Amino acid sequence: MGMTFAQKILAAKAGLKSVAVGQIVEIEPDYCLSHDNTAAIAKTFKKIGVERVKYPERFVIVLDHTVPASTEKYALGHKEIRQFVANQGIEHFYDAGVGICHQVLPEKGFALPGTLILGSDSHTTTYGAFGAFSAGIGRSEMAVLYATSKIWLKVPDTFKIVVHGRLQEPVTSKDLILKIIGDIGADGALYRSIEFSGEAITEMSQASRMVLSNMAIECGAKNGYIAPDDKTFRFLEDRAVREYYPVYPDPDAQYERTLEFDASQLGPQVAKPHTVDNVFPVEEVAGTKIDQILLGTCTNGRLEDLRLAAKIVCGKKIAKGVRMLVLPASREVLLKALSEGLIDTFVRVGAMVLNPGCGPCLGAHQGVLAPGEVCLSTANRNFKGRMGSPDAEIYLASPATVAASALIGVITDPREVFKGGAK
Amino acid sequence: MNEGRVWRYGDDVNTDVIFPGKYTYQPLTPEEMATHAMEDLDSSFAVEVKEGDVIVAGANFGCGSSREQAATCLKAAGVAAVIAKSFSRIFFRNAINNGLPVIELKEGIDGIKKGDAVAIDFGHGAVIHQGNEYHFPALPKEVLAILEDGGLIPHVRKELGKG
Repeated sequence: MGMTFAQKILAAKAGLKSVAVGQIVEIEPDYCLSHDNTAAIAKTFKKIGVERVKYPERFVIVLDHTVPASTEKYALGHKEIRQFVANQGIEHFYDAGVGICHQVLPEKGFALPGTLILGSDSHTTTYGAFGAFSAGIGRSEMAVLYATSKIWLKVPDTFKIVVHGRLQEPVTSKDLILKIIGDIGADGALYRSIEFSGEAITEMSQASRMVLSNMAIECGAKNGYIAPDDKTFRFLEDRAVREYYPVYPDPDAQYERTLEFDASQLGPQVAKPHTVDNVFPVEEVAGTKIDQILLGTCTNGRLEDLRLAAKIVCGKKIAKGVRMLVLPASREVLLKALSEGLIDTFVRVGAMVLNPGCGPCLGAHQGVLAPGEVCLSTANRNFKGRMGSPDAEIYLASPATVAASALIGVITDPREVFKGGAK
Repeated sequence: MNEGRVWRYGDDVNTDVIFPGKYTYQPLTPEEMATHAMEDLDSSFAVEVKEGDVIVAGANFGCGSSREQAATCLKAAGVAAVIAKSFSRIFFRNAINNGLPVIELKEGIDGIKKGDAVAIDFGHGAVIHQGNEYHFPALPKEVLAILEDGGLIPHVRKELGKG
């Protein structure tokens, strides 16, 4: 009997011929990611009583959540992390300003097909878009990985999500994943591995695929795999830190469920407060007044996102009373956006461009919300209190929808603006 | 046998409301974390919670961010166990790793209300509420061993001969 992607990679990593769903295996991840939480992890590591990180070359540490530090406590945390990586000889360290971890790992060539990557961050699922098995874990587990490099994982059941047809511009992969999460619910794929496939997935860019895998966790999935192809291999040219060996599911693999969607009929989607699965077609929320726009984050802060938004706002002005924040996912994205004139466009329309990082998405600093305020964001979560006040509201949408809405000051169907205004 | 008073919540209780992001990167002790437990969902919780209380919730408890403080703060607040219809996988792992028992109960949850008393018989895998007994499956032995050692760090210290 054939195996799913999750079964194949977990069997290979555990040194077994095959594994069954529900089986617990002990594995060693290829790469492990942590970010500003490394300060806390380092303290837990010390409690274990092991002096040295066993394989420092397997750990990638990116400072992104509270950069640049806005409080003395954050600054101290960063300082402790810099000391820790220096003491332990952890070379794959990316200090404040390089970018958001989930953009930096792919850019620096760690997100490789056929690898197993664990991170003390729930959106570690992002690397599934490169054919990796990647999932979030906790801080204590990361500390134990420093010490032993070993961890247990349960072999998950798999949902196959097939997306037929092609997305019609300005509808994006963000609209697609919101639609999927809205349909199956916040726990629709709980503890499952998802394999995305179909014409829409094959046709979309590598960056668009990352949105699907990034948000797979929002319907409870353990990981969100997309079969690597020429687009993936091209992205990794001159980036891959080592050779890699793609893993594909067997044609006769057993899936718990197969779900089918049609991209060609899909319109823009919006998740209303306070859960990601509270999804409606944009027409049903159009007219909702907004105070802040957030364009960017690890979900939608890549070059194609900034290009699409810039195309919509270019030469116009943000509506009065609306604050627009632009948060590129990495320094590389920011540099390309600068050279293409996109940053110039955003600044001229009245947006504030923030340094690459997680910024306001998790309410830790930069652009937090006051009680009663409404934010329309391209991020991946709209939980109560996430961006500051628990009495603020967060709506989630695509870069096209937030750009169109920034111009009008209320949630707006991007197809209306895109028709007439796009250059 | 553990008997406790119930705090009752619904589906999809996420880690942002259990432990808000604004505290996530602050170096806090577990006791300090406990003062923010459930802050954005139920402001009375941190004030009134007592040692041995039990949280009973719907599906997908602990969804969202991987922040381990969501489990640490509940444990430090004195919560004896979280009983839910299902758990998000990262919260489930974090709870076990913090020595906080998590019980996945398929039946009986809808009848449990805030303030009710429930007894948990870990040995027989049963939750007892108003005379009714609801059974939950045993944890896999690898996972149970971590919980029994009081969490992942003491478990690993023991395995490495440092405990």
